[in-house]
Amino acid sequence: MSAAAPVVELKQITKRFPGIVANDSISLTLKKGEIHALLGENGAGKSTLMNIVFGLYQPDEGSIEVDGKPVIIDNPNKAIELGIGMVHQHFKLVEPFTVTENIVLGMEPKKGLKIDYKSAAEKVRKLSEQYGLQVNPNAKIHDISVGMQQRVEIMKTLYRGADILIFDEPTAVLTPQEITELMAIMKRLVAEGKSIILITHKLKEIMHISDRVTIIRRGKVIDTVNTSETNPNELAEKMVGRGVTFKVDKQAPHVGAPVLKLNNVSSKSKDGVAVLNGLSFEVKAGEILGIAGVDGNGQSELIQAITGLRKIDSGSITMSGQEIANLSPRKITEMNVSHIPEDRHKHGLVLDFTVSENMVLETYYKRPYNQNGFLKKDIINEHARRLVEQFDVRTPSIENNARSLSGGNQQKAIIAREIDKNPTLLIAAQPTRGLDVGAIEFVQKQLIEQRNLGKAVLLISFELDEIMNVSDRIAVIYEGQIVGEVFPQDTNDQELGLMMAGSLKRGGNAGA
Amino acid sequence: MHKLKKIFATDSYIVPLVAILMGFLVGAIVMLVGGYDPVAAYSALFKRVFGSPYDFGEAVREMTPLMLTGLAVAFAFRSGMFNIGADGQVIIGMTAATIVGIKLAALPSFLLVPLAVIAAGLCGGLWAGIAGYLKAKRGINEVITTIMLNWIALFLANFIVRTFLLLPGQNRSEDIPASMSMTFLNSMFDNARLHWGTAIALAAAVFFYVYLWKTKQGYEMRAVGLNPHAAEYAGMNVGRNVVKAMFISGVFAGLAGAGEVLGVFHFQSVFAASPGYGFDGIAVALLGLTHPFGVILAAILYGTLTYGSAGMSFGADVPPELIRIVIGSIIFFIAAQGIVRWVLKPFYLKRKKEKVL
Amino acid sequence: MDVLGQLLNTTLVFSTALIFASLGGIFSERSGVVNIGLEGLMMFGAFAAAVGGYYAQDAGMGDLAPWIGVLCAMAVGIIGSLIHAVASITFKSDQTISGTVINFLAAGSTLYIVKLLFDGSAETPLLDGFTKYAIPVLSKIPIIGEGIFNSYPTTYLAIVMVIVIYFILFKTPFGLRLRAVGEHPSAADTLGVNVNRMRYIGVMMSGMLAGIGGATITLTTTGTFGHNTISGQGFIAIAAMIFGKWNPLGAFGAAVFFGFSQAIRNYVQLFEWSRDIPQEFIFMLPYVLTIIVLVSAVGRSSAPSALGQPYDPSKR
Repeated sequence: MSAAAPVVELKQITKRFPGIVANDSISLTLKKGEIHALLGENGAGKSTLMNIVFGLYQPDEGSIEVDGKPVIIDNPNKAIELGIGMVHQHFKLVEPFTVTENIVLGMEPKKGLKIDYKSAAEKVRKLSEQYGLQVNPNAKIHDISVGMQQRVEIMKTLYRGADILIFDEPTAVLTPQEITELMAIMKRLVAEGKSIILITHKLKEIMHISDRVTIIRRGKVIDTVNTSETNPNELAEKMVGRGVTFKVDKQAPHVGAPVLKLNNVSSKSKDGVAVLNGLSFEVKAGEILGIAGVDGNGQSELIQAITGLRKIDSGSITMSGQEIANLSPRKITEMNVSHIPEDRHKHGLVLDFTVSENMVLETYYKRPYNQNGFLKKDIINEHARRLVEQFDVRTPSIENNARSLSGGNQQKAIIAREIDKNPTLLIAAQPTRGLDVGAIEFVQKQLIEQRNLGKAVLLISFELDEIMNVSDRIAVIYEGQIVGEVFPQDTNDQELGLMMAGSLKRGGNAGA
Repeated sequence: MHKLKKIFATDSYIVPLVAILMGFLVGAIVMLVGGYDPVAAYSALFKRVFGSPYDFGEAVREMTPLMLTGLAVAFAFRSGMFNIGADGQVIIGMTAATIVGIKLAALPSFLLVPLAVIAAGLCGGLWAGIAGYLKAKRGINEVITTIMLNWIALFLANFIVRTFLLLPGQNRSEDIPASMSMTFLNSMFDNARLHWGTAIALAAAVFFYVYLWKTKQGYEMRAVGLNPHAAEYAGMNVGRNVVKAMFISGVFAGLAGAGEVLGVFHFQSVFAASPGYGFDGIAVALLGLTHPFGVILAAILYGTLTYGSAGMSFGADVPPELIRIVIGSIIFFIAAQGIVRWVLKPFYLKRKKEKVL
Repeated sequence: MDVLGQLLNTTLVFSTALIFASLGGIFSERSGVVNIGLEGLMMFGAFAAAVGGYYAQDAGMGDLAPWIGVLCAMAVGIIGSLIHAVASITFKSDQTISGTVINFLAAGSTLYIVKLLFDGSAETPLLDGFTKYAIPVLSKIPIIGEGIFNSYPTTYLAIVMVIVIYFILFKTPFGLRLRAVGEHPSAADTLGVNVNRMRYIGVMMSGMLAGIGGATITLTTTGTFGHNTISGQGFIAIAAMIFGKWNPLGAFGAAVFFGFSQAIRNYVQLFEWSRDIPQEFIFMLPYVLTIIVLVSAVGRSSAPSALGQPYDPSKR
């Protein structure tokens, strides 16, 4: 394989943004027919580099060669012309459009003035047969599963005749089974003569499928190695720049009395679809219950139901024996429930408020922050200053808008606020999404510390590794139901994956 | 001193100032193209406003409803809503004040006037509250509902005036005995129609500032305006805040209506078309960058320009509509700050270079 | 039963301007740009039609003169809409604000120019405008013949445009791209669709169509342009667009509804039972009905998802 000709060569690519050098003289060679993994932490510069290759950004220095010829890729059209296609991490799909419409957009076959949907659908069908990508060309995007949507993303590039495919974190939202399928698809693509760049921070996948790995850290290439000649530990060390242990340090839990209990909770969406479907579980003091599951199986709705943001139709939710179902969010917060929301920009912070203002987002109305209807700015600022220091939130000052903080520091600010409320129950939804390894360690350590202090912790995550490492007990959610409860030491990825896909049920009361 | 320096160093103050200059410049160019003398026109404009005590008083009279409608639009804006309905809220406020002023005329005036003013504010607030309620409960865009409510208010007010308050044979209500005029200033300003509404407007601006930035409720309202989702997650009642914000916004507009009928006209007309207070209010709010004190300054500017525009047409024969072009351009430049920054860029660069040297 | 035919005919006269303007709104908003400046764009159109039509008539162009007026309205509408496009697309300023700016600039500049051109007069000279054209055979059908097939040419044009624009939006590559840009601009961008260009086209089309809408008012109803020729029709057109769920056919229905409620004003006097209803209530009716319909029916889900958001490629 190493004898194959290079299809893409990046030479000394440098890209600067105000304040940082995102890519610092990066060189990378993609050979024909290989799967080349690009490994790095969040923020290491992987996406910037690939956006340069795809023509979304211009490099400040350096050059690109495709098939041995120097090229300038100044817009996506140019990249498409050169046979480069990108499968984006956040799918770029127009929801109300059909699969076919999404695929042909921008390169529509025409019949007279009209789009020739018939031949378009036919082409889509042919492509799907050739590469084993099963999709219904006439389905609307919002009606198909995430895995299907990804296939549409892949088909978009194939439809444009791409020979070089860039996959940006493609497994982030897939079940283990779907990941296996994706790997098979990638192998097939390579067999058909395509070359692939796989951007990821998951070592398992790299070891499993790639031919070579290029590791970048802080915008620089650390090394390029053959996958067969390396191991996960070595890769991790190169990625992070120091030795990493995969196991999270924690002692056995001292489990106490049940804190949160859900019994047969059901809730319907606006269109009458049951999003929570007779769901039951409990979280005890001093334990971390991890909710594993594929995105869209009721996780968000579950959190909303517990925190009072969603009405439930039947069942009960109790906090320390007291019914809290359908109470207002404020009432539930006041029962010592803290919540680190899934979407920190949308739900966790008011980005245009100062850090200081954000620190009292749930407590502003209480003494001492509020006295006789007026806010005590000095006390609020003092509170913020204390939290910023205690949780090491990096901000120029507490008077800066939350918007100006980095993702990791925004998350730290939220965690500081929520933990400082001294909760009985801490709900953490996707608490480490999009953070770098340092921040991830920090967040996970905080969760474990809360559990050690005897709090009940409910962790919702799509990252199986996180669930396995952090939780004391795991409940698997599928289509709004808990389909299995297991202890992490008694299970493995494959079993969890099957449960997450709904094809296996196990121990509905394994934790009880 | 340090703080003062900081305030003037930020370009949030430079940009609107430059935008105003550029707006005047556009007006001058339009005049030149039309064959007029911009210098003569602008000086006639300012002469009109500052030329006599009467005119100055009348200009202040003109600014007063602008301040209140501007505050109304700005307040809603800060809470995440676009209140196009200040016009209707003014009309409803007027009508409420007129009804109270005429029908309860038997009351002593120290009771009657405050009562009429309160009724105006309250009814304006409730009228705006309808739009707030429909947004909170049904998710209906307030832009549409406030536009519709403007028309409904117009016809409703006409109906009330024609049916219950009409001065026989005229197209207006009977005279209103209740008065907000500041008669003690008559000699000083040559009988210009100054009234207590101006004081109310200034007080409203202070209230706006204190309420929104110093109180618990204001904190909630700003949070809802900036990010309703996070506000909801934090346990705030978004719907209630939306209704409350629209209510307060409508109170401001309603008070403007009270000032107009009780302080200026002393009767209410049957309107042939929308009187346009609300649209002026939008302009003032945008000019004032939706900050209460900015709104007051913007109302002063806007009032000066519109009142002075009459002088412009007398003094330099320039159609007064020109001033709308000037105002529109100023808002354009404030809205599209990118253009202003682009114009300013050479200056910034120069300044940087000087620092290096 | 003459009355019904007449009522239908008047309805269509009032609807025509609203149909054009709401179609314009659809173009702009489907591309993701809020256009609250329809009112001002109609004003530009009405003004340009009055002025252009007048000079063409003066030059002895006869029946062609009103069409010259329409062309002028299209051109001026497009120019006016460019202000909105530059501010909101290129400079990414708040779309609602820059739409409002159009309304201001239109109100000021049109009257300014009218006074300049016509010696300080506040109105343009009266025009002949369009005359109704009876379509042979069809106009002989009872009721609808009188009601529909004996209308102004602009009314026929409006109905044709509804169908044409429906076709453009939902059957052509251009329409697919325009809608994609309004729903998910970065998806379109990564497929090589130029987001800003599509949005410019959307906004300019809205200027052109709203301009024609304004023109139909001067050329068929008022015959002249003054300060109150356009008073709220643009906002009603926005309501019609939302009512019609951003779909040309729906907007057409809503525009006809508004036209009908305007036309009916003149007819309530004709019946015994309706004579005593205060006229204000009749005037109010369409606006009250709009709110009622919005409360009971329209969900907001049908608005283009990227509506109102400037496209910032660095955030893709």
